[in-house]
Amino acid sequence: MSDGELRSVQFRREREAAWRELEGLVIAVEKRGMRALDASDARRLAMLYRGTLSALSVARAISLDRNLVDWLESLCSRAYLCVYSSKRSASGALAGFFLRWFPQQMRRLRWHLLLAFVFLGAGMLAGFLLTLGDMELFYSFMPAGMTQGRNPAATTEFLRDGLYDVEHLNDSLAAFASFLFSHNARIGIMAFALGFVFGLPVFYLLFYNGLSLGAFAALYHSRGLSVDLWGWLLPHGVTELFAVVVCGAAGLVLAQALLFPDRHGRLDTLRVRGREAAGIALGAVVLFFIAALFEGFFRQLVTDVEVRYLTATTMAAFWLFYFLVLGRRGAGT
Amino acid sequence: MSLVDERAAIDSRRLNTPEGIELTVRLAPIGARAAAFVLDWLIIIAVTLLLAMLVVLAGGNGSFTAFFLFAHFLLRIFYFPFCELALQGSTPGKRSQKIRVIDSHGGPLSPRAIFARNLTREVEVFLPVVAVFSPESIWPGAGGLIGLFAALWCIALLLMPLFNRDRLRVGDLIAGTWVVTVPERPLLEDLSARVQQPRYHFTAEQLGHYGNYELHVLEDLLRNEGEVDRDTWDLVCTKIKQRIGWPKDAWEVEPLPFLQAFYAAQRARLERGLLFGVRHADKNEAREARQRSGGQSSRSL
Repeated sequence: MSDGELRSVQFRREREAAWRELEGLVIAVEKRGMRALDASDARRLAMLYRGTLSALSVARAISLDRNLVDWLESLCSRAYLCVYSSKRSASGALAGFFLRWFPQQMRRLRWHLLLAFVFLGAGMLAGFLLTLGDMELFYSFMPAGMTQGRNPAATTEFLRDGLYDVEHLNDSLAAFASFLFSHNARIGIMAFALGFVFGLPVFYLLFYNGLSLGAFAALYHSRGLSVDLWGWLLPHGVTELFAVVVCGAAGLVLAQALLFPDRHGRLDTLRVRGREAAGIALGAVVLFFIAALFEGFFRQLVTDVEVRYLTATTMAAFWLFYFLVLGRRGAGT
Repeated sequence: MSLVDERAAIDSRRLNTPEGIELTVRLAPIGARAAAFVLDWLIIIAVTLLLAMLVVLAGGNGSFTAFFLFAHFLLRIFYFPFCELALQGSTPGKRSQKIRVIDSHGGPLSPRAIFARNLTREVEVFLPVVAVFSPESIWPGAGGLIGLFAALWCIALLLMPLFNRDRLRVGDLIAGTWVVTVPERPLLEDLSARVQQPRYHFTAEQLGHYGNYELHVLEDLLRNEGEVDRDTWDLVCTKIKQRIGWPKDAWEVEPLPFLQAFYAAQRARLERGLLFGVRHADKNEAREARQRSGGQSSRSL
């Protein structure tokens, strides 16, 4: 009977052991992730996957045993997902991201950043001038919950004390920092994700944030506290405003992909640009984190105006160095 | 049966592997995705509550509150991407539903795609929830009408997977990903290997009536041997005998061994055809082929 055996039956008999071995490895990975395999098992998985995939293509051509073909297809799909899922080591990916990719993207997106910054700046200017003209406008520009009594009705004394407040210098500080971080980072992520609604909400968000900041500045300016206010804002504000602008730019990248797709068509453009923009927004979240650390701790601990300005300048210089210099060498490769 | 096949055709997508061989994946049903999401959210909420309890037990002072807020934020933003990175495009919720995320162009699922599809969740899911319950906090000073409009718009985003062919969320659209289900099938014994010494034999003429489709139907029937009743066996047997012109003098056969032998013989015949590049998809193609060759032979006579 053996010479009358079907080619497909013989084919299966010769290879089934290898397929079963692949299945065992796939099940192990599905249960516990790639760390379930040591180096030689991982190599074996990749090898068996390629072998089984080509067996599938042969089986499709010569076998009419549907159960076998379906099973091979399902096994190949599962193995494919094991082989082609995140292979890079987490630490290597992180280093590559922050030391090369992120600064490179910042340089590439300079026009998006500039546009986002222009909107934020325009909001600030408008908020500042309008509020100077009519203090009542302060209430419409500023969300009521954020001011904590720092409004035109407050005395200059109160406003001044707010800037040099060492009173609640206790453990509520950390809570404050982490509240600020989650709040700001969420706004940033929002600005990015809203990009896919053609960018309009991004402009709105940037402009609106600018308005509040401008109104705030106008209030302190009218009391002659400008120098003190900026000393209070800038040490963390340099980083934070930059992060807002970066998120805005990421949103604009999405909007651009939707409105002006390149030759690959709208969906493909969105797919490529969307991944970039998400990476950028993620970098901005880290910026927000750094800003919140400064805002929560440094601002409350250091009340010396000179030191505050010095810190702000140092921060600005650091970010300029980071975004203008880092990763240049790798850019060509 | 045909209904199941039709659904399968609507849901299945071809996936080009880098090796150049196409695989078929099945899009995950909306219900499974919703269930996975709810389960993941329950996990997030449970962990958050646990953290909150720890904070309260620890006296609830500032630094513990800070830790809580920070941990909650990290959990909320990074739970999904980190799970999907660690578990091959899956999360505990997705795993319970046997669904996972893949790159729609067949490439590796990059970390950036994972982050892209999950960061947009903040807008897709949380914005609608906030929009419904407190529109004021999204658009300060928004009146009732604008609030209503914003809420509708947000809900439309939330329901987007229902309105496109590939069941994409906005995040899937941006990241270029699909959520698919990978059914696990058992590998069953080869049916033709069971027939060692066939009691029934068929001529080449008798095996020229059916194509691959009918063979697969017969395979399904034989694989579900236990669930098929006697009448069905008889009916199928009679139909086949009539069609292939089974000799009247040996008309009575034992259905199951007959069908098994017929399956083995028919498959051998069709597979031999495949080796020579002859493929009969179903009985109609088989008939056309028969007529063509019949016509030729009559001309040659």
